[in-house]
Amino acid sequence: MPHIPFLAPIIGGLLIGAASSLLFWFNGRICGVSGIVGDLPSAAAGDRAWRLAFVAGLLAGGAGLAFFRYDLLAVASEQTVEASVVAGLLVGVGTRMSRGCTSGHGLCGIARLSRRSSVATVVFIAAGMATVFITKHVLAGGHS
Amino acid sequence: MRPAIIRSIVAFAVGVLFAVGLGVSGMTHPSKVLAFLDVTGNWDPSLAFVMAGGVLVNFTVFRRALRRGAPIVARSFAMPTKTEVNAPLIAGAAIFGIGWGIGGFCPGPAIVSLAGRSTPVVGFVAAMLGAMLATDLAARYGRRRPSLPAVARPEYPSD
Repeated sequence: MPHIPFLAPIIGGLLIGAASSLLFWFNGRICGVSGIVGDLPSAAAGDRAWRLAFVAGLLAGGAGLAFFRYDLLAVASEQTVEASVVAGLLVGVGTRMSRGCTSGHGLCGIARLSRRSSVATVVFIAAGMATVFITKHVLAGGHS
Repeated sequence: MRPAIIRSIVAFAVGVLFAVGLGVSGMTHPSKVLAFLDVTGNWDPSLAFVMAGGVLVNFTVFRRALRRGAPIVARSFAMPTKTEVNAPLIAGAAIFGIGWGIGGFCPGPAIVSLAGRSTPVVGFVAAMLGAMLATDLAARYGRRRPSLPAVARPEYPSD
């Protein structure tokens, strides 16, 4: 097979798109991970089961990856626990305040041509880039 | 079969497909995400291709679905109703972006990576869920006027 650059990210992106499209087509819901998970405690009784099923699907898919292609999952050496906990706190607060993350704002919101989601996506990518610039090139002196 | 059960089966299948897509795309690796955010370093544009692929499919299918009038197993589309670009949106996105830049994780890939049972991933998800709950509680009790949910939740009465 000829080498096509970025084939895996493109195929992965199409699969993720197919997944979020299915949820919209069948259930009429936006496939935003932070919203589906974050709204679980406050959701009405009849609005909970599908959220839990979605999370179970994510975990089952992850278990499948762990079984067949363990190399595709994050490995412990990629991050320290301290940085991960700080990152998790910020991601939790930020996604609830802006009501969306990479999937809801980035993949679905932009596809709906939502102004809010487009602004949010530009802001979180810019903030992420600025953060990596500081941690990698300013604090670490550009050596790491 | 009751529509609520079909909706849960669909959601489970969507979760599995979403997880596999994330794995195939490479975005379950924080190092790949951080390499995308590292524009002045050894930049890896992979994440842009993932986003482009996903948005392309969603853009096409969402339009067709909306033209159809209703989803297949629900009465209506639950569309986000907010249109205002306000301070919580921008501040929240900035805070999320900083966390994303520190950890290389956003919510989806982190939950999927739990199966790898690595301590940083478990720490990230636990902290994220705790912070989500705390943020919601603060929003509910800290303000006199509670913020409205961004998504108008459709009612699924006894169907």
